[in-house]
Amino acid sequence: MAGTMQFDLVAPERRLASVQATEVQIPGAEGDLTAMPGHAPLILTLRPGVLSVKGTEGDTEYVVTGGFAEISAEGTSVLAERALPVSEVTSDILNEFISSAVEARDNATVENLTALTQQVSDIAVMAERLGIDLKAA
Amino acid sequence: MPNLKDLKNRIESVKNTRKITKAMQMVAAAKLRRAQDAAEAGRPYADRMTAVLGGLASSMSGSESAPRLLAGTGSDDTHLLVVMTAERGLCGGFNSSIAKLARVKADELVAAGKTVKILTVGKKGRDQLKRDFGDMMIGHVDLTEVKRVGYNDADKIARDVMGRFDAGEFDVATLFFSRFESVISQVPTAAQIIPASFEAPEEEASALYDYEPNEEAILADLLPRGVATQVFTALLENGASEQGARMSAMDNATRNAGDMIDSLTIEFNRSRQAVITNELIEIISGAEAL
Repeated sequence: MAGTMQFDLVAPERRLASVQATEVQIPGAEGDLTAMPGHAPLILTLRPGVLSVKGTEGDTEYVVTGGFAEISAEGTSVLAERALPVSEVTSDILNEFISSAVEARDNATVENLTALTQQVSDIAVMAERLGIDLKAA
Repeated sequence: MPNLKDLKNRIESVKNTRKITKAMQMVAAAKLRRAQDAAEAGRPYADRMTAVLGGLASSMSGSESAPRLLAGTGSDDTHLLVVMTAERGLCGGFNSSIAKLARVKADELVAAGKTVKILTVGKKGRDQLKRDFGDMMIGHVDLTEVKRVGYNDADKIARDVMGRFDAGEFDVATLFFSRFESVISQVPTAAQIIPASFEAPEEEASALYDYEPNEEAILADLLPRGVATQVFTALLENGASEQGARMSAMDNATRNAGDMIDSLTIEFNRSRQAVITNELIEIISGAEAL
């Protein structure tokens, strides 16, 4: 095994995780990707989705709404705008996510309409994956 | 000589004041701990954000395609001062020192022939600046209802500021807040947020990152977040500073009240003894006259 790398997940208000991980699956804006130790340096933006971490102390999953990830050979750090462990996610929280995304989409300008529409559908996909029902968006 | 009854009342009232200031000091101490924890928790995110943005910004600066948030509008005729203060008073010179720094800066800019606009966050700063710069005020953010400042509040302020920037209302934005050094020292600080300035970390420059989607898109996505993060950090620092300032102000007030009680008590005892002595003299001289 290629060993482990440092994984950090931080949100503006708190640090959610700082562990040794063997594998981190990141919902990138242009598709999922998995970072492992020794990955080439990369900075990518995130889309709303589920981030899963295979760590030395077990696997965890987090819901992130956006932000960016910085991957280097030694470690991965994810700076999420909002993030929380999957176990803490409730339909209320997801509904709040989606209603703010819908609101942003409805106030969108021509340039970012596609991006914001994409966000709304990303959240819906994520909800489906977690098996949580959303109110009609 | 003040009569005994009056003195007694004064002592009582100062004692009550001391109880209040003591209680406020203790509340501020508890809040300070929370505020410091919040500031501590926000640090990793802010540090990382600055590091990444610093690296990106230094590689982008000078290029034609640099976003306006980073490059600026090319002029510096109109300045926006974002003045962050507390919602409450009774925290020593905390609000005044921030307002003073902003006032000096505003006067300087006006003297240099620039246009100044002021956005206040927190009631106390608005009250202090209203007198001199009432016509320059373009807005106020009220956080009275907010118990604990969160990233959302900062994001809202940042969006407001960036919206005004996009609308061409100003060229340069500066943030005024108090940096928390320790309980007894808070330093009023001015930090420029637009055009964004990030200190590029030196060692980071060696690692050549790939960017997905691409450098421009990431920078465009990150800059607003970077600005919001700076606002958030400032809010947290300010929160901790406010509680620290209040704590030491209330500590002083408690001590002063104690001193005052002591001197009033001495005066009270003296007057009481004088009254007794007087009475004795009257009795003795009355007895001698017989």
